[in-house]
Amino acid sequence: MNALAFFFYLFAALAIGFSLLVVLKKNPVASAFSLVMVFFSFAGIYALMGAHLIAALQILVYAGAIMVLFIFVIMLINADAPSFDLGRTGFLARFVAGLLAFVLFGFFVWAFKNSPQKLLPGRFSPEFIEQAGGNTRILSELMFSEWILPFELTSVLLLGGIVGAVALAKRNKEGQGGTHA
Amino acid sequence: MPDSWIVLSLCSVIFFIGLFGVLVRRNVLILMMCIELMLNAVNLTFVAYARQLGDLSGQMAVFFIITVAAAEAAVGLGLVVALYRTLRTVDTDDIRLLRG
Repeated sequence: MNALAFFFYLFAALAIGFSLLVVLKKNPVASAFSLVMVFFSFAGIYALMGAHLIAALQILVYAGAIMVLFIFVIMLINADAPSFDLGRTGFLARFVAGLLAFVLFGFFVWAFKNSPQKLLPGRFSPEFIEQAGGNTRILSELMFSEWILPFELTSVLLLGGIVGAVALAKRNKEGQGGTHA
Repeated sequence: MPDSWIVLSLCSVIFFIGLFGVLVRRNVLILMMCIELMLNAVNLTFVAYARQLGDLSGQMAVFFIITVAAAEAAVGLGLVVALYRTLRTVDTDDIRLLRG
């Protein structure tokens, strides 16, 4: 096993373990910090796969911006009530559900493994990327040539997101936060 | 680096963990964290196929998904704050204004 494969399996195990912690931890702050670890593991996997720009964006946007938002809101609203609910189903239903989930996962793995590996080879082979100046350079050139319209529409989306977030979180002057706004 | 199907299997595991969390948890904040988990799994699927097929359009798609996820987190957390201000709870079982 070479070093790349070793680090891939390491990051994969970390990602699975910490995402289970995100779901199973009762404290929202613990879930949030587990989610940060999942994001870092994913960034490591992206870097191993040669997607360097995506790895950097993953850390900057997800582990930086989005998680700060989450932790800020958790501390703002102080929601510490445990909220784990498995108790509505019987043991048999849970067992069957788990079994069916494993069967479905088995189907997925089978489909991934037996899908045709040699489809049309794209023009961005690793050698081509190496020769043309690296992943970040090629992705930037694509972004401002072939993908320029979606890139510009992204700015409209972000503007709409800002306006929506401010309008939702703004305190209503007349209602003063009544129970049935 | 392992084969593509191992990476894709990892993606489906993470996606199903996120889906399980959405179905099981009752805290709106943790529901949003599980949605982020599912979005991350889809991103990794895009990158895996981009590598397998030799086409960088997949990585461009990840770029846009990250942007949409950031906007979604901002608007969703604004919704959570408004919800908590109105009902003093973030538990999905207590949100039943339309039930009368």
